[in-house]
Amino acid sequence: MATATIQNRKRYNMRISGLGGQGVVTTAHILGSCMDNSGKFASLVPFFGSEKRMAPVEAYVRASTEPIYEVGEVVYPDIIMIFHSQVVTHGKSYTMPFYTGLKPDSLVIINTSIDVLEEEDIKVLKKLNAKVVQFDATELALKIAGTELATNMAMMGMLLGLTGLVTEDDIEKAVRERFLGNSFVASGGTASLDSAIEKKFKKKEDLLAKNMEVINKTFELANSIDLTTDELIVDLVV
Amino acid sequence: MSLDKTLLSMDELLKLPREKHFITGAQAMSEAVKRSSTDMAIAYPITPQSEVMHLVGDIFAQGHIKEYYRAEEELGTMSAIAGAARGGVRMFTATSGPGLLRGLEAIVSWPGHRIPCVLGVLTRVINAPLSIQPDNLEMAYLMHSGIVMLHAENQQDTFDFTLAAFAITEKVDVYIPVSVSTEGFFVTHAKGYVEMMDEKYAFEECDPYKAPVPAMDNEVPPARIQRDAPVQKSNFMSYLIHSVWQQEIWDSNQRAMKYMYQYIDGPIEVQNPGSDVMLVASGCAAAQAREAHRYAQEEGLSVGFVKVKCIRPWPTDEIREALKTAKTVIVPEHNIVGWLCKEIKGCIPNGGIVLEGPRVYGGMTLPVELIMTEIYNALGMDSLVLQA
Repeated sequence: MATATIQNRKRYNMRISGLGGQGVVTTAHILGSCMDNSGKFASLVPFFGSEKRMAPVEAYVRASTEPIYEVGEVVYPDIIMIFHSQVVTHGKSYTMPFYTGLKPDSLVIINTSIDVLEEEDIKVLKKLNAKVVQFDATELALKIAGTELATNMAMMGMLLGLTGLVTEDDIEKAVRERFLGNSFVASGGTASLDSAIEKKFKKKEDLLAKNMEVINKTFELANSIDLTTDELIVDLVV
Repeated sequence: MSLDKTLLSMDELLKLPREKHFITGAQAMSEAVKRSSTDMAIAYPITPQSEVMHLVGDIFAQGHIKEYYRAEEELGTMSAIAGAARGGVRMFTATSGPGLLRGLEAIVSWPGHRIPCVLGVLTRVINAPLSIQPDNLEMAYLMHSGIVMLHAENQQDTFDFTLAAFAITEKVDVYIPVSVSTEGFFVTHAKGYVEMMDEKYAFEECDPYKAPVPAMDNEVPPARIQRDAPVQKSNFMSYLIHSVWQQEIWDSNQRAMKYMYQYIDGPIEVQNPGSDVMLVASGCAAAQAREAHRYAQEEGLSVGFVKVKCIRPWPTDEIREALKTAKTVIVPEHNIVGWLCKEIKGCIPNGGIVLEGPRVYGGMTLPVELIMTEIYNALGMDSLVLQA
């Protein structure tokens, strides 16, 4: 179980860093929809710049049980998500080092297959009483969904599993909206769609199912974690 | 107007039931224009304003506006606005940072020429190095022009203030332009909840026969403006005319104050008056200060909040009343000069309690944590240790 300091907060300010193409911005959008579906509040900050594959990407999400007034980038996050180890090792982030501005008692989730934190990083993060959850989200995505494109689902699932922000139903609805759009309703009506759309729809339904499988798995992983220990880093084997 | 609309007075329009929409600040401004019975809009694009005038172009195409064109540049836009308004029609345009400064020569002549119109100002960096980001330094250049200035905190304000501006600008005892500013990107390109009345209702049309200044036939302009104006001569007439006009501009500006109470629920909003620390902010900085105020309430600190909606006329009495027992005043701003801070300092008897800042510039985000740090310092508490 995650500690009370990470769970049930009124407000989470998140910074999500990754590489272009990993679905960082998509994650931000789906997180926003999840919050909306659960009757809570979220705001996303549009990122203006030149986005391209492998270039640094940062997205910001505020999630709260109350209306959110403030705008702009999240400069002082209490949750940081790192989608790729290069964000840390190569400095592929717009914020350097990656934990700049991190508030005390915060959560860092890193997608990596190797230990990426240097001695210096560990010293700062320990002082801030942070908790770092490390796992190979890409490997998990490959294993379950058969594509590394589901990495963002694994990352989002881990975040939502650890914080308990929304229910799995809220997530499924949001993921469905993102991939199927509001025009697609999985009901008897779909039978009347012509075959081309049906084929496309079938493909999307499969995609949705795979994504949900990844998310369910990360919820299981999140529940297996004991965040109450004094250890800074929690390593998860996928 | 080709669309079948129900035309109402501004009071009636504001009383109508509303529906909630999730739209950008640019959409909110154009939705207000849609309900304003604007006769004509003139556009010259500049980021981040382009979105607004593009959407106003769309509502022209839908028939909500009679005339719309893209001008040659901003000085041309603002000059044409003056010409058309003097012809007796309702006008709208919008601009941003450098565009505002390019049009400023014409804009500062509007109040003296008694030009009623609404000007959207979607703020943007004006200084070098070039940037398109939201810094509101350009508003300082409007503060001494005589124009009425409203500053919107969010998408809802942008809708409400823009709509109200159309009523205020044509009041017989005002009859000078009204600007509605809000921060570029933070408000213009971000979505927020906006409650709006149905678009089948609109503000009653401009009636030039109600105007305190007769409309002009622009094809046969009066002889007095065809030749050198008497104010060009260095004689007592020039001094006299100029001083009379200037006094009249600023009196008109002051007379707009009562309409702030009528249409936008007063020139300021106050939360927790009588607190030791008062946060005073306008525009987008007010959203950040509102958030800091909420954090402070949760921590049980003696912190109040004042949002200044109307920069001109300046609400001297209201600000004095709101700050009379404050020990420290914190003024978060999105510009380096601190124009709001200077106004507040100058209008209360104990200006020394007003802190310089916090300020961010170049269009940077104004983190709530910066405001909280100032609050902790003011209350003699250990400030949150923020690294870097």
